[in-house]
Amino acid sequence: MSAVNLVPEMLKDIVPPATSPAAANESTAAIPEASSVRSGARGPRRPGAVADDDGTPLYKRSRAPEWLIRVFAMMCGLALFIAAWAVLAKVGGRLPGPGSTWLSAVELFSDPFYRKGPNDQGIGWNILNSLGRVGIGFGAAALIGIPAGFLLGRFRFLSDMAAPIVSLLRPVSPLAWLPIGLLVFKAANPAAIYVIFISSIWPMIINTAVGVRQIPQDYMNVAKVLKLSEWKVFTKILFPAVLPYMMTGVRLSIGVAWLVIVAAEMLTGGVGIGFWVWDEWNNLNVQHIIIAIFTVGIVGLLLEQLLILVARRFSYE
Amino acid sequence: MSNYLQIEKSGMVFETKKGPFTALKNIDLEIKQGEFVALIGHSGCGKSTLLNMIAGLLIPTSGAMILAGREISGPGPDRGVVFQNHSLLPWLTCFDNVYLAVERVFAESESKPQLKARTEAAIEMVGLGHAAHKFPHEISGGMKQRVGIARALSMQPKLLLMDEPFGALDALTRAHLQDELTRIVAPSAASPGSTVVMVTHDVDEAVLLSDRVVMMTNGPEATIGEILTIDLPRPRERLALANHPRYMALRAQVLQFLYQKQMKVAA
Repeated sequence: MSAVNLVPEMLKDIVPPATSPAAANESTAAIPEASSVRSGARGPRRPGAVADDDGTPLYKRSRAPEWLIRVFAMMCGLALFIAAWAVLAKVGGRLPGPGSTWLSAVELFSDPFYRKGPNDQGIGWNILNSLGRVGIGFGAAALIGIPAGFLLGRFRFLSDMAAPIVSLLRPVSPLAWLPIGLLVFKAANPAAIYVIFISSIWPMIINTAVGVRQIPQDYMNVAKVLKLSEWKVFTKILFPAVLPYMMTGVRLSIGVAWLVIVAAEMLTGGVGIGFWVWDEWNNLNVQHIIIAIFTVGIVGLLLEQLLILVARRFSYE
Repeated sequence: MSNYLQIEKSGMVFETKKGPFTALKNIDLEIKQGEFVALIGHSGCGKSTLLNMIAGLLIPTSGAMILAGREISGPGPDRGVVFQNHSLLPWLTCFDNVYLAVERVFAESESKPQLKARTEAAIEMVGLGHAAHKFPHEISGGMKQRVGIARALSMQPKLLLMDEPFGALDALTRAHLQDELTRIVAPSAASPGSTVVMVTHDVDEAVLLSDRVVMMTNGPEATIGEILTIDLPRPRERLALANHPRYMALRAQVLQFLYQKQMKVAA
């Protein structure tokens, strides 16, 4: 019995985002206001709505559009952040301020793709190299993790078999795997990719398995009363039903992968954003380190948004 | 006509943590081809369990069930099931939902255009031709239930099983769909009429639609209490029946069974 409970237990911290893919999509939303509910753009349009609006023009005019308020709030947040940074830089003295960092960034990004030897390449190359490692490691993890998740979700026995291994290995810090990778592959680059692989595989396995297990019994009953073939069950019921969960797993995985790559590259070296940060630390070029932090953040944000778009494309609600 | 569905001494015992739980015991029921039978009883009396047993989703732990000369040993497309919550696949259009069932049954013997024609006919039959290419979330609850009925009937099942098909609908939609159902399953020149087993807890629905009302006793160890033959002539008119003395008498008999003989102590 305890083995049966292991999987749900260990899922706890990952399941909440998984169970509400739609809610996760709203992560960029500000605090929900009453007006956002009332003016829900996707809600059914009442025929009488126009007349209502005409009847209360004053009420309507007194409110700025919702998106404008949100953009304004985001701008406020950013401005406050930059102001705090500027003050901190002024007071602390060692931290470069936003102004000098910006100038340095403009210079850096004006020539992103230069090559001056193996350890001195443009920021564009560094980003692309890191993305490449993430792509390979994450891609391999998806290729193995998603089918594995389907199997674990569909077959209780397999899930019970995997439960102790998964719960044991999942909490291990990704970098703890690096020496093993170095030992096995005898090279830094494959070791870094391997670290990405092993750290980003878990959310995909777990979310896919949860998705399979969460399929409403109604759908499976349809499959049963129609006596659909296994292939039809998979293509018409299992896969579409699990897709939102799977996409959440993919999104979490790519987030983890992008988190881990910086640390892995710091240790393994080579061309990449993580090694670049370490290199600039050795050069004591703090502006560049701050630029790298922003770059990592922005690339991570873009990856996330991209996957949200993909997930929305496959959403059937 | 001879017995089409024969249920003999069937029982259902569930294994629970507190030990075996006898949900149904000694169910004996014979249903003729073309007959419309309603199963009625208080909630928890096992009427849905009985329906699921006929559907093959549950296998009786005792007794036997024979449909058209063959024992029911599992689910199959010879029995069309309409679920209470429609159970349409949300990622398929109404057309594709029905097509999935049609394809399953007729793909081996018929060409694609024929399968499509069948699907269209089934959707047309429930009056949804205009909404065939909409997704389930784009149509109303009543329309979803119609698609569910179209899906079940498109397979030309030997038996149509309905589990409180209109339970989740408002009263007006329900009345409308009941009338439609009567029309659809009635014998016609083209078909001998469907054999239907319908679970309901609506007394009017049971009396209005069925040839016989099977009244079940309260669980555990629920069984068939009484069987009432509804000898009202067809076609039945909802409005005309409202004050019909025979209708009132039959309705009163069902109510009496449910509220006097099988009074539920705690809801």
